[in-house]
Amino acid sequence: MEVMVILVPLALALGLLGLLAFLWSLKTGQYDDLEGAAWRAIADDDLPPLPPAPTPPQIERG
Amino acid sequence: MLLTRDFSHYVKELDSGISHIDLAVEGVNCAGCMSKIERGLSAIPDVTLARVNLTDRRLAIEWKPGVLEPAQFIDRLAELGYKAYPFEPLRVESMEIERSKFLLRCLGVAAFGAMNVMMLSVGVWAGSDMTPVTRDFFHWLSALVALPCAAYAGQPFFQSAWQALRVRSVNMDVPITIGVILALGMSLVETINHAEHAYFDAAVMLLTFLLAGRFLDQKMRQRTRAVAGNLAALKAETATKFVSPEEISEVPIAAIRAGDIVLLRPGERCAVDGIVIEGRSEIDQSLITGETLHVHAERGTQVYAGTLNMSGTLRVRVSAAAEGTLLAEITRLLEHALQARSRYVKLADRASRLYAPVVHATALLTMLGWVALGAGWHDAIVTAIAVLIITCPCALGLAIPAVQTVAAGAMFRAGVLLNSGDAIERAAGVDTIVFDKTGTLTLPELDVVNAASVPEEVFQLAGRLALASHHPVAAAVARAAQAKAPLRDVVEQPGHGVRAIVDGVELRLGSPVFCDAERQASEILGQDPEVSVVAFSRGQERYVFAVRQLLRPDAAAAIAALRSRGISIELLSGDREAAVRHAAESLGVTVWRAGVTPADKIAHIEDLKRQGRKVMMVGDGMNDAPSLAAATVSMSPISATHLSQATADLVFLGKELAPVLAAVDYSRKAMSLMRENLWLAVGYNILAVPIAIVGLATPLIAALAMSGSSLLVMLNAMRARRVRRGFT
Repeated sequence: MEVMVILVPLALALGLLGLLAFLWSLKTGQYDDLEGAAWRAIADDDLPPLPPAPTPPQIERG
Repeated sequence: MLLTRDFSHYVKELDSGISHIDLAVEGVNCAGCMSKIERGLSAIPDVTLARVNLTDRRLAIEWKPGVLEPAQFIDRLAELGYKAYPFEPLRVESMEIERSKFLLRCLGVAAFGAMNVMMLSVGVWAGSDMTPVTRDFFHWLSALVALPCAAYAGQPFFQSAWQALRVRSVNMDVPITIGVILALGMSLVETINHAEHAYFDAAVMLLTFLLAGRFLDQKMRQRTRAVAGNLAALKAETATKFVSPEEISEVPIAAIRAGDIVLLRPGERCAVDGIVIEGRSEIDQSLITGETLHVHAERGTQVYAGTLNMSGTLRVRVSAAAEGTLLAEITRLLEHALQARSRYVKLADRASRLYAPVVHATALLTMLGWVALGAGWHDAIVTAIAVLIITCPCALGLAIPAVQTVAAGAMFRAGVLLNSGDAIERAAGVDTIVFDKTGTLTLPELDVVNAASVPEEVFQLAGRLALASHHPVAAAVARAAQAKAPLRDVVEQPGHGVRAIVDGVELRLGSPVFCDAERQASEILGQDPEVSVVAFSRGQERYVFAVRQLLRPDAAAAIAALRSRGISIELLSGDREAAVRHAAESLGVTVWRAGVTPADKIAHIEDLKRQGRKVMMVGDGMNDAPSLAAATVSMSPISATHLSQATADLVFLGKELAPVLAAVDYSRKAMSLMRENLWLAVGYNILAVPIAIVGLATPLIAALAMSGSSLLVMLNAMRARRVRRGFT
């Protein structure tokens, strides 16, 4: 049972870390535009443009 | 004269030497728009930040000061296909944002506390073979987490309870505060005494549930404010100001000061109050007085914000507000009505006035009962506090705000914005609706009445010619014909009309005299004296368009539907009798009065209220503002004057009258759900209190009962969005 003296405060410390992370994200305005943030995650404007598609080989018909 | 646009009023200089401006943008709906705007603006050199907020439909731009002007961003956005306009967040809006951030911080802290204390509590409940030392250790840790969390997260309740107690009244936060403080205090004492039960989890969980409800409520209110702020900004109210005798600049009205001289061109809506110092024109004051006949304006005439300049160009010296006789009279009536508005007691406060004494008396009786039956003081006090904890208004505190939040969200989607929180409760009881006519039952814009009697091709041509004119009546023709392509080489003859030559034939659009169509015009005016006429001639052909404000398309259906809900409808207008009779008859309204002054309107509404009626006033004009304040609950269209919108409890969007019906329907539904939720809370207490009185309310039972009842009222509140829509 002595292990709890370490484990329980450790669990609380981790919870506290989560709380601090939440307060930080709130302070830096990360909840100001939830709708926009949802879309930004899947926006692909950070990708380099795709190389031009290779033209399909012309089939010679005899 | 040189025209520039000056938006410097809205530009903020940040500490880092960067300029910042906030724009409200119309038509941003998707991720595509977002990246199109951001990329389009970032391409401008020197722009350091362009970020769209998709939730609020706003755009923040930052740039290095120098060559760039804010007007360039607006033009660029117009090129991209978006209408944008700078805005200043209103003070109320910034306060709402601060408030919801604070509530979210409290909620985060409370949720952290509730989760971790619950983790420890579950250990205590499950560990039947736990040694007393370990249990004490867990209780002490719980106290360590719960006490600071509750002290921080409870602030919204403590503050509000303190405010209520200071003025010797009771609100819902008083029993909440007492319950939380007693639960924590008792648990701490029990922990010190190595007792078996501690209620730290109950106290923090209670705060978490209540904060979740408060936060959602606040968020809804903040969103409404944001939408209202955008709509106000996108009206783009500017005035053309003389910066020097020869130079004019388009400036936002927020930057106009008394004594400035502004230019008012034909077809423009006046944005300021002032006195004409040069020019002659006809002024449409219908937004101010409800009167649809135009008044003559010349040097020395007082003009008001919201009036429409019809024919000539005017120079106006801006006066400080409330100088004119009409405005002063309205302001005086408004102040009087606001003072007289009896303080409405909210349902939640009425419930807590009943609730708090009953609960506190029950707890006291429990304690005395236990002592009388021979128990020790310690046991008696612990049981009494357990009664307080279990009755702590978890469900009661959520019962009303949860319904309000859901109903406000549903009304928002139906085009109704809430200005005040208790508007739903007051709107639910309405049995009489008093409508204003001009701009409320009718659309604010003019429309062509007799389009069907004119050949389509002629109508199109007239519409294209009308595009060249600024006159509001001509603009109505252009709009009705949906004309897009203006004709070339159009000559405007000020005060008469416009003309052009197409395929060798002369076209004219303007006054009947100008087009030589006086006979046709007098025929139309003979049939319907309220219309404005504009004539069109092509060679020898003569046509006359009749233009007037039309009723909202669904007005008759909406009024019939309101009546079928047992609401009596009345019409009070400042307009002439003929015009009001026509509107009343076509809507089937039997109770109407014409030519009413603002004072008459108030007197009539007070009369109805004395008869015990609950009156809703729906109006838009400045002359309606005092009666809006006098009514039980009030509503304005979004096109209303500032004063009316600020006074109204609800604001509705769009061309239709259906939102008025939706407001009534959703409010009634919400009110019945609030009552239902209160009864659910009472029922829960009837079940739970006896358990606590006999001393069986262990922390586990308290936790289950509280979360169960909270979930129940939350789920019930969700039903507030389900209202049968339509006119049935």
